[in-house]
Amino acid sequence: MGRRLKFNIFRYNPQDPDSVPHTDTFYLAETESMTLFIALTDIREEQDSSLQFDFCCRAGICGACAMMINGRPNLACKTLTKDLPDEITLMPLPIFKLIGDLSVDTGTWFREMNEKVESWVHTSKSFDPSADEERMDDAVAEEIYELERCIECGCCVAACGTANMRRDFVGAVAMNRIARFMLDPRDQRTEAEYFEIIGTDEGIFGCMGLLGCEDVCPKHLPLQDQLGILRRKMGWSAVKELFRFGK
Amino acid sequence: METIFTDVLCIGAGLAGERVAIEAASAGFETICLSIVPPRRSHSSAAQGGMQAALGHSAMGEGDCPDVHFEDTVKGSDWGCDQEVARLFADRAPEAVREMAFWGLPWNRVVPGRSTYFKGGKQYEKVEATEKEGLITARDFGGTAKWRTCYTSDGTGHTLLYTMDNKVVELGVRVHDRVEAISLIHDGQTCSGAVARCLKTGKLRVYLAKATLIATGGYGRIYRETTNAVINDGGGAIIALDTEVVPLGNPEAIQFHPTGIVPTNILVTEGCRGDGGTLLDVNGQRFMHEYEPEKAELASRDVVSRWMTHHIRTGLGVKSPYGDHLWLDIRHLGEKHIKTKLREVEEICNNFLGIDPITQLIPVRPAQHYTMAGVRTNKDGAAYGLKGLFSAGEAACWDMHGLNRLGGNSLAETVVAGKIVGEKIVEFLKGYEVQYNTAIIRSGVIKQQERIERLVSGKNGNDNVYEIRSAMQDELMERVGIFRNGPDLQKAVENLQEIHERAKKVGLRSNGKGVNPELTLALKIQSMVRLALCTAYAALQRTESRGCHAREDFEARNDRDWWNRTLATWREGDDLPTLDYEPATQVVELPPGERGYGVCKIISCDGDVIGDGTS
Ligand SMILES: Cc1cc2nc3c(=O)[nH]c(=O)nc-3n(C[C@H](O)[C@H](O)[C@H](O)COP(=O)(O)OP(=O)(O)OC[C@H]3O[C@@H](n4cnc5c(N)ncnc54)[C@H](O)[C@@H]3O)c2cc1C
Ligand code: SF4
Ligand code: SF4
Ligand code: FES
Repeated sequence: MGRRLKFNIFRYNPQDPDSVPHTDTFYLAETESMTLFIALTDIREEQDSSLQFDFCCRAGICGACAMMINGRPNLACKTLTKDLPDEITLMPLPIFKLIGDLSVDTGTWFREMNEKVESWVHTSKSFDPSADEERMDDAVAEEIYELERCIECGCCVAACGTANMRRDFVGAVAMNRIARFMLDPRDQRTEAEYFEIIGTDEGIFGCMGLLGCEDVCPKHLPLQDQLGILRRKMGWSAVKELFRFGK
Repeated sequence: METIFTDVLCIGAGLAGERVAIEAASAGFETICLSIVPPRRSHSSAAQGGMQAALGHSAMGEGDCPDVHFEDTVKGSDWGCDQEVARLFADRAPEAVREMAFWGLPWNRVVPGRSTYFKGGKQYEKVEATEKEGLITARDFGGTAKWRTCYTSDGTGHTLLYTMDNKVVELGVRVHDRVEAISLIHDGQTCSGAVARCLKTGKLRVYLAKATLIATGGYGRIYRETTNAVINDGGGAIIALDTEVVPLGNPEAIQFHPTGIVPTNILVTEGCRGDGGTLLDVNGQRFMHEYEPEKAELASRDVVSRWMTHHIRTGLGVKSPYGDHLWLDIRHLGEKHIKTKLREVEEICNNFLGIDPITQLIPVRPAQHYTMAGVRTNKDGAAYGLKGLFSAGEAACWDMHGLNRLGGNSLAETVVAGKIVGEKIVEFLKGYEVQYNTAIIRSGVIKQQERIERLVSGKNGNDNVYEIRSAMQDELMERVGIFRNGPDLQKAVENLQEIHERAKKVGLRSNGKGVNPELTLALKIQSMVRLALCTAYAALQRTESRGCHAREDFEARNDRDWWNRTLATWREGDDLPTLDYEPATQVVELPPGERGYGVCKIISCDGDVIGDGTS
């Protein structure tokens, strides 16, 4: 303990005509179990009350607080300062639209993603309130949950080379979502329908497989496996499509 | 001024707000949800443990039915709830769970055959029936007669909210995220929408709606030590209280959860104890079974929190730089169980405490957790005081929780009430036309603009908003916590009145431009202190102990004088709320009696004294 931490924080308030992008420096005495949530809150309350950043659950659950921490995307609330050097540089996530300082608009991006992958169960059945639920194997439920644990924080998108180059790339998070629905017996979409959505260069064929995404995912989702499975499946679908349409 | 028209305005896009929106949109009404954060980050996502519904598929839930769920809920509420609402809720909860399954929620399912489980640190065996294989299963939670809490691992709130928002996306319901409602538009009789501040630009915006819903969740952040998200600072309750006509129900009813981790107050789920975890003191000894021989660690939350505080006061807490605490022990549940059924807990302990719960003890103590208090509505979810205003979820006092809510009943409430209130809003809207009064809208907007200007320019003074919030939080923590008494509450009221005066003199230190976070708080601070005053003052007046409200100077539950609900309104210019009372319930299906756990001392409706104050 007893360290004096130096924070270099990106500053820019697009709503203020006098504001230009720059870096501000703040100093803070480190305390026990200090997280970046505690540190940033302290800086706002004690040093600069205009500092913008996003926290919500402060427990690593909601995905609100992703930012670039010394060059790497991560959840700020669960980053302990003791795991960082004395000098800490904080930048907003790239790709997402900047709102101000460390705060970015993930809401719009993820809503669009959810619309694009049609992130819901597609079924021709209708709900019968008086009937027992359809049965499901507990192991299947757990497999689905494993992929459903994504908190839409955007770290994987920020770390992705393809997403940084082409803004229409759907990202590992979208591919993981598709994989989640492909596992789900309630979703009646066919492989061809999934293919429509991600069998493209904005989807699985744009992915370079370098796995920046899996390395940074704070929920440790098995993105590598899912991308691999999708690539194989969609590869086959691509072959089938080729024959069907004689392209 | 940007003005947006819609049929239904849902202020809040957590589980309750979105469930109402789905119902309204499905009936063809144009619906917009507002949320401070992207909808999936709403605090519903943080719920871990599960949702109660009497499906009765699991072996330990055999024989369960809505009647038993109803009884547990009424007892849990310490007879403070509206029994008609509790009945409605219990009857419709199973359907709600199934509907969520139909929409894609991966509930854990019954696995047939023998398996072991823990209770009070001891291992037992159960056998799940083959014919139930693959139906939705349940785990044990505090204060329930049966295993009734449906779950997905310990990410139930997350999967519920993601499934709900998937449905919202499917239906094309618009969610304006990063938009905060800062006042309701009304003429004292009818509500016609809200003035909101965009948290992407800082600009004001008007929403005009035929029906407006407050579904803004709880407001634990008026306390310093709380499990709630940082955005849970009372926005919804504030805009209701500011109308001067809409009352808050039971503002004294604030729940503490037994297991917030020390020091950050992040919650570890009741599922830990439900699955057999135990509480230990400084000597590594269990103690709950001594106070509660029957339910032990799984008595209701108010009871467990009180015994923990009591045990710490007797000197058996563990000393730490952050004050005394106790231990939660889940080591005996084993690595496999922890890594599959309690994985959020495992992550939280590792990330925030540097502790591995598979081999180490977790430091815990009670922290503020839930506001039973909320916008008072009738059983249709229509708010008292203003036509066209509704409320649902934790923000509302509907009131199925009375003076204490059971674990797992709150997620269930959001979905069940969301559906019911949604249906009622649809009924309300059929054939309902409105005329908007532009003078009222304009004056509502100007009032907010002036407030902002005064805060930015420092015309009101230059008191520091963070210091004021901190003083308020300390006051509630110190004197309006788990155990309460007359002199302390009196002192709290006086101190909060002083803080309320200071709150009027807040001025910004920053320039207030754009999405200025200091301004966001400054706009709320005065009314936040009013919420705190409602809690403290109503607690001072309620001279009995019921549910979470434990008066050291009035230990008995007093059904003769206090079988009622507090209604608090705030008249502009006052420095205290106006308190009224109504009977807790019109319909009495289950007459007041003993809960079966906790201290039993009751002054009955006839004035007889039952029990001697021991359990
Ligand atoms: C850590 C934790 C664990 C829990 N675990 C369980 C559990 O296991 N089982 C259980 O039954 N219950 C649990 N609960 C309680 C339960 O999760 C909540 O009561 C419930 O999810 C609340 O849902 P809601 O829709 O009412 O509000 P929330 O999900 O909190 O949503 C509120 C919404 O309102 C918005 N909002 C707020 N103010 C404004 C404003 N002024 N303008 C516009 N929008 C606004 C927010 O952005 C958000 O979208 C838990 C609670 C916590 C804190
Ligand atoms: S593996 Fe694919 S999705 Fe992941 S970071 Fe690389 S290019 Fe992006
Ligand atoms: S996949 Fe992981 S990194 Fe990507 S959004 Fe989801 S939780 Fe975040
Ligand atoms: S604040 Fe919710 S994940 Fe960090």
